[in-house]
Amino acid sequence: MTAAVGGTAGAPAGGAHQQSPVRPHRRRWGRTAGWLGWLWVLPALLMYAIFVLRPLLLTMQYSLYRWNGIGQAEWVGLTNYLTVFTDSDLLKIIGNAFVLIIFFSFVPVALGLLVASLVRRMSGGAFGTVVRTVLFLPQVIPLVAAGIAWSWLLSTDGLVNQVLRAVGLGGVTRAWLGEFDTALPSVGVIGTWVMLGLCTILLVTGMSKIDPALYEAARIDGAGPVREFFAVTLPSLRQEVGVCLTVTIIAALASFDIVYISTSGGPGIQTTVPGLEIYRLAFSQRQVGLASALAVVLMVLVLACVLPIQRLTREDKA
Amino acid sequence: MNLTSRSERLTGRIFLIALVVVTLLPFLSMLSAALQPRGTVPTGLAWPTDPQWGNFADAFTAANMGALLRSSLLIVVGVVPIGVVIATMAGFGLGHLRVPGGRIAFGLLLLGLTLPFEAVVTPLYYQMRDLGLLNTRWAIILPLIGLYMPFSVFWMRAHFATVPKELSEAARVDGSNTWQLFWRVQVPLARPAIASLTILLFLWTWNQFLLAIVLVDDATKRTMAGALGAFQGQWGTDLVLLCAGSLLILTPTLIVFLIFQRQFIKALIQGSLKG
Repeated sequence: MTAAVGGTAGAPAGGAHQQSPVRPHRRRWGRTAGWLGWLWVLPALLMYAIFVLRPLLLTMQYSLYRWNGIGQAEWVGLTNYLTVFTDSDLLKIIGNAFVLIIFFSFVPVALGLLVASLVRRMSGGAFGTVVRTVLFLPQVIPLVAAGIAWSWLLSTDGLVNQVLRAVGLGGVTRAWLGEFDTALPSVGVIGTWVMLGLCTILLVTGMSKIDPALYEAARIDGAGPVREFFAVTLPSLRQEVGVCLTVTIIAALASFDIVYISTSGGPGIQTTVPGLEIYRLAFSQRQVGLASALAVVLMVLVLACVLPIQRLTREDKA
Repeated sequence: MNLTSRSERLTGRIFLIALVVVTLLPFLSMLSAALQPRGTVPTGLAWPTDPQWGNFADAFTAANMGALLRSSLLIVVGVVPIGVVIATMAGFGLGHLRVPGGRIAFGLLLLGLTLPFEAVVTPLYYQMRDLGLLNTRWAIILPLIGLYMPFSVFWMRAHFATVPKELSEAARVDGSNTWQLFWRVQVPLARPAIASLTILLFLWTWNQFLLAIVLVDDATKRTMAGALGAFQGQWGTDLVLLCAGSLLILTPTLIVFLIFQRQFIKALIQGSLKG
């Protein structure tokens, strides 16, 4: 977690100019003032403790019980976890989330890198502003709206099929979100659409900070665009690629809105993801214990995917 | 010096234009469906011969847009100011006052930074039920303030950690206490960070879906995104009205975004880089 990027450079106030160069290190305000400082932190910490930490602990507790949400809860130890890791449906549901990572993360980052390296240093001017604004739209609207728009686009009479028919591929038209083979990739495409703009713009921003001399040197050494990309661009973008991967992988694993709206998890459980299954188990099936175990597993999976990326992409910036 | 060749620039431009078109297509397709006569089955992207702009008025009534807007605003007004104020205070305490043991508090907060909301939504439901808040806007407002705290405190702390100590010392010499120092010196300086945080919290609250559908049944007491979910449930088969309603419901964010787009993009980029 670096704070290297700061939009916080306020106008210098009078006092800042009078600092002497040989100032001793940080000074504390004395012991009492130090402890009193906790009053500043307390409100935030309280809200966090009541509405995040407590529920989090409760989720862990529920996960050890069989409970329908109303009656007596029955202690079952790790049985719910055993179910999560052995039930073939639940395993498939977890697998679905990992398939979505390809569409939510890898494709947008790869495409974003391609686009960004093509548009390097040309995002200024009115054209650049329009492009940036438009590419950000999917990040600004509710995911639910993206789900509705794409459900229509991918429906039998939707634009996708219309285009396919127009180019003579009428044979492959189908209800993309409704068929077993195409439903999950179709949901993935919606995620790609949502994430691509953010990734592209983050990567373009990162590229604009690369020292042009590096490219100059590469060109003089006779590097073509491809060599240039792997020798200069990609290594310099380590942090930005890490950010893109982190944000998008969390979005893929914790996806809910798009799936709920576009397919409700169907056909069958073809597009069901852990987030949706937790919701369904807890609030329709009344299996609060199992839902909680799945929630804990999901949380661990997110950490297991995100922490290594943080480590790999941030270590030189520490 | 410009080493980018002309053909490379051209390829770049074409790629970008293609990307822009792909980004806009879902919106255009919805618009073309929304303008077809009610009761027909629209096809793909086809500009209607007689665009039915009245569909938007119908959708406005059907979606109860007035009530939805009011509800979303109330939720935003509940979440954002409180969230920003207590996060700014905590950021000041952890980043500037450096309270003893602050690292532990900060570490605890960092735990929540990658937390999927699904992991806490079930206990929140029972917690809100026991508090008697289920089906009220408080059921969305209070948990969201807590859930946004990890990022918000992280964000504000990062700002306060960069403010020179000498500023506070000067204020101390002038005789201000911590309270005055915070409001008169630090908050005005933190304005850009606070503005970005405000934008992000507004956007995330407005678009929050999961908590809205779990904790509030009545669509007119939800966020915009939650209300859109209910609207789809109700009008899912009337594609013309659904598209018109969806466009209406996402218009407020679009307008706010287009007005403040520079700040939005800056906030989102910085938000991702910091988070």
